[in-house]
Amino acid sequence: MAQTKTASLTKGAGFKKQEDLTLLNEVSSATAGVSHLEMCIQCGTCGGSCPSAADMDHTPRALFAMLRAGMRDEVLHSNTPWMCVSCYHCVVRCPQEVHIADVMYTLKSMAIKAHQYKDNTAPDFSQTFVDNIEAFGRSYELGLAGRFYLQHQPLRLPGMAGMGWGMLSSRRMNILPSRIEQIDQLKAILTKAKTLELTS
Amino acid sequence: MNKYIYYPGCSMEGSARAYAESLSQVAKILDMELATVRDWNCCGATEYLSINLIPAYSLIARNLAIAAGQVNGTNELMAPCSACYLNLEKADYYMAERPALGEKVNEALAAGGLHYKPGSLQIRHLVDVLVNDIGLDVIKSKVVRPLTGLRIAPYLGCMVPRPDYQHRWSDHEYPLELDDLMHVLGAEVIDFPLKTDCCGGHMSQIAPETAYELIRRLVSEADEYQADLMVTVCPMCQMNLDAYQGEANRFFGTKYQMPIVFFTQLMALAFGIDAKSAGFGLELVSAKKALARIGVEAPAPEPASPRRKPDGLPMPPHRRKKYASGREASDEKIAVAE
Repeated sequence: MAQTKTASLTKGAGFKKQEDLTLLNEVSSATAGVSHLEMCIQCGTCGGSCPSAADMDHTPRALFAMLRAGMRDEVLHSNTPWMCVSCYHCVVRCPQEVHIADVMYTLKSMAIKAHQYKDNTAPDFSQTFVDNIEAFGRSYELGLAGRFYLQHQPLRLPGMAGMGWGMLSSRRMNILPSRIEQIDQLKAILTKAKTLELTS
Repeated sequence: MNKYIYYPGCSMEGSARAYAESLSQVAKILDMELATVRDWNCCGATEYLSINLIPAYSLIARNLAIAAGQVNGTNELMAPCSACYLNLEKADYYMAERPALGEKVNEALAAGGLHYKPGSLQIRHLVDVLVNDIGLDVIKSKVVRPLTGLRIAPYLGCMVPRPDYQHRWSDHEYPLELDDLMHVLGAEVIDFPLKTDCCGGHMSQIAPETAYELIRRLVSEADEYQADLMVTVCPMCQMNLDAYQGEANRFFGTKYQMPIVFFTQLMALAFGIDAKSAGFGLELVSAKKALARIGVEAPAPEPASPRRKPDGLPMPPHRRKKYASGREASDEKIAVAE
């Protein structure tokens, strides 16, 4: 009896799914630095340390288990990476030194590439910010705020009028963007960079 | 003379103008020479990393390459903004930890005739430089107007003490460097429990309700400790807590009026600089009352509000009931855009 059971377990009989670490490895290798993602022991310290966990579809711990299980669509649809505030509480507490915040950045860029995010508010904000940098070399707050709020949160604008006026009248927000001199150099660098990927 | 290569970052020219102005005063008095990175570009904040990895790191590394090229008696690159500091440090660290990243980034930099060898620069935050290089004794010796009686909540935020790749801070979650610095200015420093909690970062833009709660936690805690003001070391923290405090108040039905100023503004004041030159008057939640406690007259704040209808336009309903903790919501209507 005992022998039969052991034999069937080693063969994997009875399990429909096979372990497939493709997704885990893909995310890990696309993350800056050495992610240590495969070292996660599912302790949950990350979720317990997270100030925005309450607003997340999955805690980081759950998300990492889903990565290991190869649940690509579910992971890329999750709002979890988008709710990460990059506070690095989880990172300094993680006993396995997983670069959690950087894994979140990787998942965001993967979701953007696959067009698999649930809500386009955050991706659009990031993209608008980046468009300004690519055009001017510096961030341009008024341009960012104008385009982003009009498109995504027009109802917020009346309530923000006083604040916006305060920012403009005290010159804490500039009307015109400032530009770097060597914008062509920056553009050449970024154009080249866009042809490169971190895979190994 | 302490020399640093200086990376200002975009906010210093706009929303954090008070930080830039007070820092230039403080640097003069402390005999610090700051050589700005030539034609520096934006660090990408927390946005570019979400879009595309190699371009994001190449954007940061352009600054590193230029800074390393202008090393003149120092290889210390100092940034006053937390997000800039972390991005610069992160790129330097990861390019070494993951050589493949370093190679790809340098391949991109080569398209602009640049190269960066990770480890060529020491990347430092302003607070670290002031406390550990200039030293608290020297700072104390320059104080001519002690901030006696001013109760301060020192708020360092996330991205300076964490992840701290080079182990520069006394603790990741409860470092006391900023407390010590405020202490030598003569201020009454609160042992602020949330000193490295999150201000909400870009959530004030993309998920305001998440940000409001994080802002509320910080401001209500400082209020509970009866702080006259909070000091911050980061343009993003200052922006969230100052500019969005009104929105958070409206959301929860609270009435906090906690001034949020840069720590360099208080250093400048303590060094005898007048309030206007120290960048006061630019904060949206006025620091006037707090300054009066130390006998400093604040410059008149800018006109706060444009013409508007008495009740403004219809806003989404408040959800104040959901959050039970904190100061009880008053039922009085909070004036829009106060």
